[in-house]
Amino acid sequence: MMLLLFLWQTLRIAAPYLLAAAGGVVAERAGVVSLTLESFLLSGAFGAVAASHWGQSAWIGVLGGLGAGLFFGALHALATVRFKADQIVSGVALNLLAVGLTRFLLQMGFDSSSNSPRVPGFEGLGHPLLWLGLLIMPVLAWTLAHTRYGLRLRAVGEHPQAAESLGISVAKVRWVAVLASGGLAGLGGAFLSLDQHQFTDQMSAGRGFIALAAVISGRWQPMRAGVACLLFAAAETLQIQLQAAAAIPTQFLAMIPYALTLIAVAGVVGRSRPPAALGRA
Amino acid sequence: MRALLVLVAVLLSVHVGLLLLRPAGSSEQVGHGPRVGIVFDMGGRGDKSFNDGAYVGAMRAVAQLGAQVRFVEPGEGSDREAGLRLLAAEGMDLVLGVGFIFSDDLMELAVEYPQTAFAGIDFAVPTGNDGKPVTLPKNLAALKFREEQGSYLMGALAALSSPNKKIGFVGGMDTPLIHKFEVGYKAGAKRVCPECEVVIQYAGVTPEAFRNPGKGKELGLSQYQHGVDIIYHAAGSTGLGVFEAARAMKKRAIGVDSDQWAEAPGVVMTSMVKQVDTVVYEAVAQVKAKQFSGGMHQFGLAEGGVGYVYDDHNRGDIDPQVRKQVEELKALIIAGQIAVPSERR
Repeated sequence: MMLLLFLWQTLRIAAPYLLAAAGGVVAERAGVVSLTLESFLLSGAFGAVAASHWGQSAWIGVLGGLGAGLFFGALHALATVRFKADQIVSGVALNLLAVGLTRFLLQMGFDSSSNSPRVPGFEGLGHPLLWLGLLIMPVLAWTLAHTRYGLRLRAVGEHPQAAESLGISVAKVRWVAVLASGGLAGLGGAFLSLDQHQFTDQMSAGRGFIALAAVISGRWQPMRAGVACLLFAAAETLQIQLQAAAAIPTQFLAMIPYALTLIAVAGVVGRSRPPAALGRA
Repeated sequence: MRALLVLVAVLLSVHVGLLLLRPAGSSEQVGHGPRVGIVFDMGGRGDKSFNDGAYVGAMRAVAQLGAQVRFVEPGEGSDREAGLRLLAAEGMDLVLGVGFIFSDDLMELAVEYPQTAFAGIDFAVPTGNDGKPVTLPKNLAALKFREEQGSYLMGALAALSSPNKKIGFVGGMDTPLIHKFEVGYKAGAKRVCPECEVVIQYAGVTPEAFRNPGKGKELGLSQYQHGVDIIYHAAGSTGLGVFEAARAMKKRAIGVDSDQWAEAPGVVMTSMVKQVDTVVYEAVAQVKAKQFSGGMHQFGLAEGGVGYVYDDHNRGDIDPQVRKQVEELKALIIAGQIAVPSERR
């Protein structure tokens, strides 16, 4: 029983990490840096609640989260692919924009700077995005390895000039990758807010950066990144359970996921090599 | 490159233009009494908590004392200090910062503008090199609440209402300010029920711990699954996640800072409230009567600075016997017969 509760809680905590990390893998494998995951999560969370409130249906909320993620993905693609802006700068700017824009819309739409009213959402195991989160990494791994688009995406991320010379449109592949990244992470945000039945200011609370850490410590491979997400989530669950049971200082427990990240990135999982063209326009 | 420069120039001039149009997002209320400037904490109006409380108090001062109030809603980071400075430089009679975040800036400005009265809600008095709290300038009032007293009553109320004799606490960021809630809550519970178990958890060690409802829900779920009946939170919007967990598990929770009944009717049995409006109103009244005094001002149960909600909404959620015992404890605290701890041992 205890084990079941533990696994179940790990899964719930992991779901937004998995969806965001899937988005991170797609964009980074195509050569676009994904500091933007935080903004995708936050805007997705808001989009889901706004749509669910408007349509009085959690499923419409899912579409809203997807749409908001796609919108921010489009902004990132516009800046980095179309106008070849620095990918890191665009990422940081979008993260700030998402915080301000969601708060502004919250104020406009719901007359509060703190939280939205309660909207239709999903309960526990019935949350479809939870299962999507669990399935996304295997699906992504297969897509990257076995489809034509997957091959092109990897080529564009490793050696865009070579891909271009073979007649692949680098810009087009990257547009699709960044949009997909926004959509996936947007669904991660929708998971969060539909699980809470409401949006609260800055509710993504740094999850996008944890997801990015999972991408890197998973060496940009979907399955490994998925395992990293589950590992971080398990550490967080352990922290919650231990804190209730024993008198270990919060500060020490709160450190666990980040310490794990450091250990992972520092090479325990082997040398990690990013896609060769990552960050280059 | 040139196009970019032109774009930046255009954006800058638009920005400056907007600033001239409406400096720092301020708004003004006209009257004939004292001139009061209020700088809100992050989130600004509509936070359903501190800022809204301060707003209500200020508007009452406008209506009843004829105060002229000007509000500034700062954005992120450094323009907090700029907001205070702007108001001080304009020669306001009272400049008020809502939230502990203004503490350092208020100390500095109070020295720079000795003719202006300054006040800080939840002001954190810094400690000097000798480890003792420093003496505040004469024109600076630290308006603090005795959260531990209100939390003490919540601890007693929760313990008396718990069939399993097990209650919980979820704090936001693990800091001394939130420890006051924790310590008072625990002491109150142990007073009425020494054998009761109090589970204490924090959402994190960064300010993000106050706005992470996902984490709050997980903390809440795990406490309720371990047999906790009632959770009291002091965790900002993270606490909304605790309410969500209570709703899912069909358990109950206690709100904080303002009346949170409306966030989850039937789940939130009561809330420990800090009367920010009263405190703001009193500060303006003192300035008007030329009786403003600096230094530390503590608002506890006796001063009406803290309390808990008991009205038509939640009367059915609290057992009359429990209510009676809690009221007795309240009387004892006011009479000074119970000393409520405010720090961890």
